[in-house]
Amino acid sequence: MPDATGLELTAQQLRDANAESILDTDFHRGRATLIANPEHVLAVLSALQSKGYTFLASLHGCDYYPHEPRLGVLYELLDMTRVDRITVKARMPSDAARIASAVGLFRGAEFPEREVYDMFGVVFDGHPDLRRILMPEDYEGFPQRRDFPIGGEPVLFTYNEEKSYGKWQ
Amino acid sequence: MAISDYRKREESITLASEPVGETHELLTLNIGPHHPATHGVLRLLATLEGEVVHDIKPIVGYVHTGIEKTCEGKAYWKVIPVVERMDYLGYYFNAMAFCGAVETLLGVEVPPRAQYLRVIHLELNRIMSHLVWLGTSALDLGAISMFWYCFRERERILDLFEMSSGQRMHTRYFQVGGVMEDIPRGFEGKLRAFLDEMPTRNDQYADLLEKNQIVLERLHGTCPLDQQTLLEIGVTGPLLRAAGNPWDLRKAQPYSSYEQFEFKIPVGTVGDNYDRYRVRHAEIYESVKIISQALEGLPDGPYITPDRKIALPPRHELATSMEALIHHFKLVTEGFRVPPGEVYYPIEGPRGELGCFVRSDGSAKPARVHMRDPSFVHLQALAPMVNGGYIADLIATLAMLDPILGGIDR
Repeated sequence: MPDATGLELTAQQLRDANAESILDTDFHRGRATLIANPEHVLAVLSALQSKGYTFLASLHGCDYYPHEPRLGVLYELLDMTRVDRITVKARMPSDAARIASAVGLFRGAEFPEREVYDMFGVVFDGHPDLRRILMPEDYEGFPQRRDFPIGGEPVLFTYNEEKSYGKWQ
Repeated sequence: MAISDYRKREESITLASEPVGETHELLTLNIGPHHPATHGVLRLLATLEGEVVHDIKPIVGYVHTGIEKTCEGKAYWKVIPVVERMDYLGYYFNAMAFCGAVETLLGVEVPPRAQYLRVIHLELNRIMSHLVWLGTSALDLGAISMFWYCFRERERILDLFEMSSGQRMHTRYFQVGGVMEDIPRGFEGKLRAFLDEMPTRNDQYADLLEKNQIVLERLHGTCPLDQQTLLEIGVTGPLLRAAGNPWDLRKAQPYSSYEQFEFKIPVGTVGDNYDRYRVRHAEIYESVKIISQALEGLPDGPYITPDRKIALPPRHELATSMEALIHHFKLVTEGFRVPPGEVYYPIEGPRGELGCFVRSDGSAKPARVHMRDPSFVHLQALAPMVNGGYIADLIATLAMLDPILGGIDR
């Protein structure tokens, strides 16, 4: 992990390239986070990639409801030679949840981005095959959002299978 | 009799536009989701030309149970049994990743004895997971007796788990701040007997498999993938090490006092199926070494943090101490609160980097739990591995990939 100073230096370097790219930084429990502008997230990721953070360890979504902007996409980057981790976080409102796809930079982002789309409804522009991955194709709604109720799913029995969406038409 | 819609559609199909000659015909074959060689409920859409795989699309989600969503509705200590059921062969690892993440958020110190007990159980779990992989992979290659031999040793590990925690699978042994109970009397002797025997058993597996012409021909040189592509896809663990990259979080970013043990990291050279088999097989020896060292140097002291705000007080205190009773009541009803923050805690699972992302909003329930499951990421590497190979090699490669569908679908 870069320390708090190292994080600020990295943030400053990225701000020098584009003043609007980094909105904020956060250093908590030894974890360094760059809060990036979702419009410039690809530039930030590729700058970090050329600085050595070449491995995308994880990509996941998070719903910050009731805080705004609600949805977040988190990129956990790893530098394997210096054994250093840094997190890039981009937050966007739920009614305009669009962000550029990182598949061009990190090939392995394909499935995780599909999962984030599936669970949170974040649209990744430029993704080669953006479909639901874990939920059924005809599912409505984004189940990992915080305002999506638990237990709202009807259990299928023979008496109500006719009323189910999609499959039994 | 009226001609049915289906028949009408069937008869309307014309093959006039298809290219002439058998060599150009592509066949789309659906494999799974219920197929014994897919290691769970995995569906593969394979495009074949004759027996050669041209493209493959994995389709997942058949055992998606919404565990991450369920976690958001439970107190932190009640989440542990739920996350254990994600990757059902690596339950100690799931629990470790989650407990480690929560401990980081809380800033709680885990006592050395608890760390060593964790290492013992993690490495036993790694051997157990590799044994299931070895047995089922050999089964896919047509060798049924390996399956019985591997499950014989697996039984002994499950018996040890039952001894220390009362459960064979999904043990809930790891707690936030330590482990549930100290190991019982007799555990050490039984574990030592197992550790003495396991390397010999592992030699026997190698003798059975590595002098077998069928196994060698199906593994040697089939479906290799180079280090660079694997890293681009995000592959870690034995698959990456088989391609020659010695990346192991136990060495690179030690957690739970792994830095105190001496062990080697087995690596392969070309990253074909044979290397993948050899690396996992060699890891069993290393795990045995780690367990012996942990058992030898097991420190005295508490097995769980003495912080009563996080860990339950000992049972006998409840009869005499009012304070202990209050702590017990608070922990069992509400659970402990975790200061707000986010953390990503990666560990080296049996299949690769298993990371747990936990976000806390200050309440007694996590606001988000996400598991970065290695199988989910590794499944993307299947297509680059098998493209251009034979369909029989696809089955062998899938076995060597060792995907756990419970972890993929969560």
